Amino acid sequence: MSTPKLDPPHAHTLPSQVVRDDEPVLVAAARSGNIDAFETLVGRYERKIFRLTLNITQNREDAEDAMQEAFLKAFEHLSEFQGNSRFYTWLVRIAVNQALMKLRRRRPNVVSLDEEVDTGEDLMPRDVEDWGPSPEQRYEQSELSEILGRAIGELEPSFRIVFQLRDIEELSTAETAEALGLSIPAVKSRLLRARLKLRENLNRYFRARGKP
Amino acid sequence: MKCKAIINELADYLDEALDSTLRSTIEQHLGRCRDCRLVVDTTKQTIEIFCNSEPAPLPEATRQRLHQALEKRLRRARA
Repeated sequence: MSTPKLDPPHAHTLPSQVVRDDEPVLVAAARSGNIDAFETLVGRYERKIFRLTLNITQNREDAEDAMQEAFLKAFEHLSEFQGNSRFYTWLVRIAVNQALMKLRRRRPNVVSLDEEVDTGEDLMPRDVEDWGPSPEQRYEQSELSEILGRAIGELEPSFRIVFQLRDIEELSTAETAEALGLSIPAVKSRLLRARLKLRENLNRYFRARGKP
Repeated sequence: MKCKAIINELADYLDEALDSTLRSTIEQHLGRCRDCRLVVDTTKQTIEIFCNSEPAPLPEATRQRLHQALEKRLRRARA
């Protein structure tokens, strides 16, 4: 019996993983008080940081405040940046803290990142369908962005944030665990559930038999 | 290996974090189980779609407020 050919799994190198050559120079200049250098770094990352804070808070006003505070804190604490990690990873951790504070203020009873995940839950996906041609080709960019925003917004906060850090911001499992104060097994468990739930949410739109 | 066990290993499989023996066992299962293959494929697509998605441009008013706040604070820091 012939075995169907499998694509290699998730071995991707994406543009955001590539640190631009001038980043250490800009960070060093900003540390010595060069405001233009810091403004350049802000311009480079403002869109990504806003998407991050918006996905966490699910509220535009809170997202904007959290983004502003993150950049201001980053500038004020630049002397503490050791350079052992990427500047962007460091900035993401600051932005996550700011966004989580906003989220907890608005929904104090809902957000607990370190609650046990119920392991008795059946993870077996129910809707198993082929998605056919690439969804990126089937939908306009703006329509696709709306679908992705809606799909991620439906996740529980603790799953949404772990997915955001691991699969969108591309932090490692250890970096995600450290940023959120979670254990590595807890990050892995939430990541698996988040990916499966998102797959299920997107299945409504992307299944081959047509748009909903 | 049963379907449920495959799903439990899915995240590590997609992240290439499994040893070669377990990976090979999973791939043998995927070769003969259409449902698991579809779940793996569509989960992989889910990650890639989010990962490849470009953040929307910052609304101009939001961008202006950010840069005004920065300028105010940064100039104060320099003074």
